[in-house]
Amino acid sequence: MTTEPTTPQISEEEKYELELAEQARLNSGDWDSVAPGKASQFGPSFRRLIGLLKPHAVAFTFVSLLGAAGVVLAVIAPKVLGEATNVLFAGVIGAQLPAGITADQAVEQLRAAGQDDLANIVQTAGVVPGEGIDFVKLSQILIVVLLLYVVSAILTWVQGYVVNVIMVRTMWRLREDVEAKLNRLPLSYFDKVQRGELISRVTNDIDNITQTMQQSLSGAITAVLTVVGVLIMMFSISWQLAIVALVSLPLMAVIFGVIGPKSQKAFGIQWRKVGRLNARVEESFSGHALVKVFGREADSHAKFKAENEELYEASFKAQFLSGIIMPGMMFIGNLTYVGIAVLGGLMVASGQLRLGDVQAFIQYSQQFTQPLSELGGMAAVVQSGTASAERVFQLLDADEQDPDAADAPKPAEGDGTIEFDHVSFSYAPEHPLIRDLSFRVEPGQTVAIVGPTGAGKTTLVNLIMRFYELDGGRILLNGQDIAELTRRDMRAKTGMVLQDPWLFAGSIRENIRYGRESATDDEILDAARATYVDRFVHSLPDGYDTVLDEEASNVSAGEKQLITIARAFVAQPSVLILDEATSSVDTRTELLLQHAMAALREGRTSFVIAHRLSTIRDADLILVMEHGDIVEQGSHDELIAREGAYWRLYNSQFEQAAADVDAENAIAQGQGLDPALVGAQTGSFEGVDGEGETPATNS
Amino acid sequence: MLAKLLVRYLKPYVWLLVGVLVFQILSAIATFNLPDLNAKIIDNGVAKGDTEYIWSTGAVMLLISLGQITASIIATYFAAKAAMRLGRDIRNDVFEKVSAFSEREVSKFGPGSLITRNTNDVQQVQMLAMMGATMLVTAPILAIGGIYFALRQDVGLGWIIAVAVTTLLIIAILIISRMVPLFRSFQHKLDNVNRIMREQLTGVRVVRAFVREPIEEERFRGANTDIMIVGRRVGSLFVLLFPLFMLVLNVTIVGVVWFGAFAVDAGDAQIGTLFAFMQYVMLILTGVLMASFMTIMIPRAAVSADRIAEVLDSTSTLLRPANPVTDLPTPGTIELTDVSFTYPGAEHPVLDGISFTAARGETVAIVGSTGAGKTTLVSLIPRLFDTTGGSVAVGGVDARQADLDVLWNSIGLVPQRPFLFTGTVASNLRYGREEATDAELWHALEIAQGRDFVEEMEGGLEARIAQGGTNVSGGQRQRLAIARAIVHQPDVLVFDDSFSALDLTTDANLRHALWRELPEVTKIVVAQRVSSITDADRIIVLDDGAMVGIGTHEQLLETSDTYREIVESQLGAEAAR
Repeated sequence: MTTEPTTPQISEEEKYELELAEQARLNSGDWDSVAPGKASQFGPSFRRLIGLLKPHAVAFTFVSLLGAAGVVLAVIAPKVLGEATNVLFAGVIGAQLPAGITADQAVEQLRAAGQDDLANIVQTAGVVPGEGIDFVKLSQILIVVLLLYVVSAILTWVQGYVVNVIMVRTMWRLREDVEAKLNRLPLSYFDKVQRGELISRVTNDIDNITQTMQQSLSGAITAVLTVVGVLIMMFSISWQLAIVALVSLPLMAVIFGVIGPKSQKAFGIQWRKVGRLNARVEESFSGHALVKVFGREADSHAKFKAENEELYEASFKAQFLSGIIMPGMMFIGNLTYVGIAVLGGLMVASGQLRLGDVQAFIQYSQQFTQPLSELGGMAAVVQSGTASAERVFQLLDADEQDPDAADAPKPAEGDGTIEFDHVSFSYAPEHPLIRDLSFRVEPGQTVAIVGPTGAGKTTLVNLIMRFYELDGGRILLNGQDIAELTRRDMRAKTGMVLQDPWLFAGSIRENIRYGRESATDDEILDAARATYVDRFVHSLPDGYDTVLDEEASNVSAGEKQLITIARAFVAQPSVLILDEATSSVDTRTELLLQHAMAALREGRTSFVIAHRLSTIRDADLILVMEHGDIVEQGSHDELIAREGAYWRLYNSQFEQAAADVDAENAIAQGQGLDPALVGAQTGSFEGVDGEGETPATNS
Repeated sequence: MLAKLLVRYLKPYVWLLVGVLVFQILSAIATFNLPDLNAKIIDNGVAKGDTEYIWSTGAVMLLISLGQITASIIATYFAAKAAMRLGRDIRNDVFEKVSAFSEREVSKFGPGSLITRNTNDVQQVQMLAMMGATMLVTAPILAIGGIYFALRQDVGLGWIIAVAVTTLLIIAILIISRMVPLFRSFQHKLDNVNRIMREQLTGVRVVRAFVREPIEEERFRGANTDIMIVGRRVGSLFVLLFPLFMLVLNVTIVGVVWFGAFAVDAGDAQIGTLFAFMQYVMLILTGVLMASFMTIMIPRAAVSADRIAEVLDSTSTLLRPANPVTDLPTPGTIELTDVSFTYPGAEHPVLDGISFTAARGETVAIVGSTGAGKTTLVSLIPRLFDTTGGSVAVGGVDARQADLDVLWNSIGLVPQRPFLFTGTVASNLRYGREEATDAELWHALEIAQGRDFVEEMEGGLEARIAQGGTNVSGGQRQRLAIARAIVHQPDVLVFDDSFSALDLTTDANLRHALWRELPEVTKIVVAQRVSSITDADRIIVLDDGAMVGIGTHEQLLETSDTYREIVESQLGAEAAR
């Protein structure tokens, strides 16, 4: 019985593990560690990412120029400040010399006294012997420096401010584009892409792009400009010192090249362990009672402890490695500092350089390392951001559903005749599902669709809603081809209640009004009364204003289902699609549901994916589906008399059960007609007892 | 709470923290000595033209730099150790605590919340500890050390530092205190946008069916615009911070030069010391900025710490008996005497005055509508909850006096949500009894009507089960959960609505197999479907926590209106007659 898990299973698991890891990283809000991921086409995707800024190109360019000016000013300032130091230095030296002689004379005197070094300094420092510090000159210089710094700060601020506005607007636009795109995508797209993946794309990926844009794009310009400007200034002061400063570059590269990837890898491992541990915690806490009752507490504990220990090791490594990058950069900064102090000192001593220059140089060397390390860190951010952008672009580039025809005819009046005219359809061309299907339903009739899972029941109703386009044939609503109508017009005539009671986070009133925006409060109340929503709403403290949030603990699953029925009621459709719930609700709510659905069906053409025997028996028309085809159609009595597929289905459902329980009871119960379960039992039908039957990726 | 939690969990690692402190101080001292030495190079070397001195001092500076990075790395090492151990220990303790909880505490917090507390919340606190041990500790050391060294230069400019630090602090406090709530609001708006997107994606069919695309787009635009506005405000504040900091720093330096010039002119200071002084000012201000920036993390971590402490401080109501009874005199019997149960904080009891017995091998069914208290009632038997009134005896012993392992060994529970654990079919089935043989597993599967589908699964017993058992259907999950309870070989099987996802045929076959193969085992069955329990020895009808009927199917049809109502709604009026 034992077989080794096959390779694809492992990769599947790996994928899952990575998902967990990514989830853990995002949840923790730890933006320091970069999301993993590499764009498959970095160049084009990156260009397109930058292209998002195009609508703001003028403003962006303008403020970038402002920012550049700010950087230039900030870069010039230390050099000017160096002049101030020179004035100071000259004053100090000058004060030591006797007054009334020229600088040249002083130099000669010093040389004569054997103080060659000092002589060199006096020669270059602009010393006036006997004169102390020239405060007028000093104040002039300092005012210039002050102005430079103030203007630079203002420019930097303006740039930052405008860039931020541009960024948030761009992200707003991107989100709007994605939202609009989602509404234009055909439903088949949502079947193909895993829901979780799609959600992560429209949420996490856009967040990640925002991060990238804000952290890097605006910073990158400043960083590059600063590096270039500082380099120029350094070389203008002294090429020898500049080379000393440049020696730090390869050292930095070593740190980023060696520790960087290691730390990123360590973070990757850490997040995986976190993901795995989170999964374990989730499992242990969700299955808390089981762990206890089956006496597995100690065991569960031991496993947790072991994994926790692994996580500790991994996170220690990640934190340590990432933690030493900064000291490493500081060390390089210090090395440069020492180098400049020594070499600069020697050069000043030999008169090749003035003291103020050394001081300016030290300031430059400090300005030099910081943007460089920023740029180093940015590479990973940009890479991950581009990968995210690429995924979002893929979504934006996906094929859309055909737009509605501009000259679409007005919908014809009518009470909801539906006709299938030689309809064929498939999700994938190689697996034809519905072939040449024709039938006609008169206004007000109820059609029960029965058949095993995977027979195409949901597909059939999806086609009526025009969720998918046909491969061939036509579906006529009141004699009009629904493909010719605008989706809006055609769907205004149809309403649906799905098994999954989807409600949005809003009040009960808003959720009912969802069926038709123009519905008055009275109409909502009527709908609520007709569908038994009114009953339980009264027991809620906020009544119709009760907000259904994601938890929505005050409203049960059955009650949610009732709200969806009320929603369809308010829409006043002439054609109705109902998917009877198989999920277990308690008996009283179940009864209410049945009544509410019956009220909703009254006077409307209804298609019911039926699980309840009573619904099926009372239907005007039963469509029995197998493998995408309608194999039989007719009323209950006709089909039983025919002893065909329906008869077999009916018997397999109820006769066996009836043998055990009181037969009469079981038949009357009319519950649990879940063909798939019987399928699993008798082996006559494919599929298992799942709910969705679209042959799409399970979400 | 945050401080308390940190103190409590860092206590064992005091020596690590001392290490952090010592080495951070060493590193700071080294950092501060560099400008000092540079000053000496200028004052003693350059000004006097002593190249020898410049070289030797340079060598010393190099050594100090090396010392600094060594100290810094060691400090980081200790900090990472301490912070990550703190995280590990908290996680362990929370896990241990939650494991010991009774269902009462679990339901009070909610499993979801407990999960977040032991994962994200711990992560937050751990990150704060790490940041704290590296940056938050460094910053004051830098600031204080910087001030000390700066004043030691004795150029009479201490007041400039005071002014600069105060200015910077005011700016930082003003900006950051405004940013923190904005950040929170931003996160909130972001959650909103993401929630709406998620809603639209899950409800895409409904949205389209009701032609609500334009309204959905509007709804989304509202949330999207909200986030843009907050994003702009956060950003506007944020972009102020750096230019202002640079401005304060640079103005301070200009001030130092200007006022220092007077000191130099008066002979009170040397130029080199002025240089060093400037370096110190930079170090100090950077330290102050870093420290104030780190405080952004504190509110978030504090909330997390509160949530963790809440778990750690609650005591489990599941008390182990002082003298546990390890022998059950009458295995398989259940006796509830006047049981009532009230959830903590609730006004009304969920259960009130429930009494019934089950002899060995009997079947007792419990019916009633949702919220009637069925699940709570069966949870009392394996002592997932303790009664708040009356008593529950299992195997002839009060559940509160029985040894928990013995008690649990005698009960096989099939919970309402048939939870499966990650692993294989076999590992799940052996959950209750590891030594069970494959044959025993197959036998249990046969009873649970699960043999067929397990055989069809790839790998059979070794087929993989994904987390939460999501790769098998609801009905299969139920059958595996039932088989798991059977493998456990209990005296009592408790089924909490365990047949709901099964079709009638399977349901009936399963029950027959159970009765046939396990006649000695007492069965307590919570059921929605009346048809599943018509042949029970005793049916208990619950309504709103009270027992409104007890008896066999036939007896209850006669005596209980509630029961008849339920039967009517499910089986039709004729069945109830």
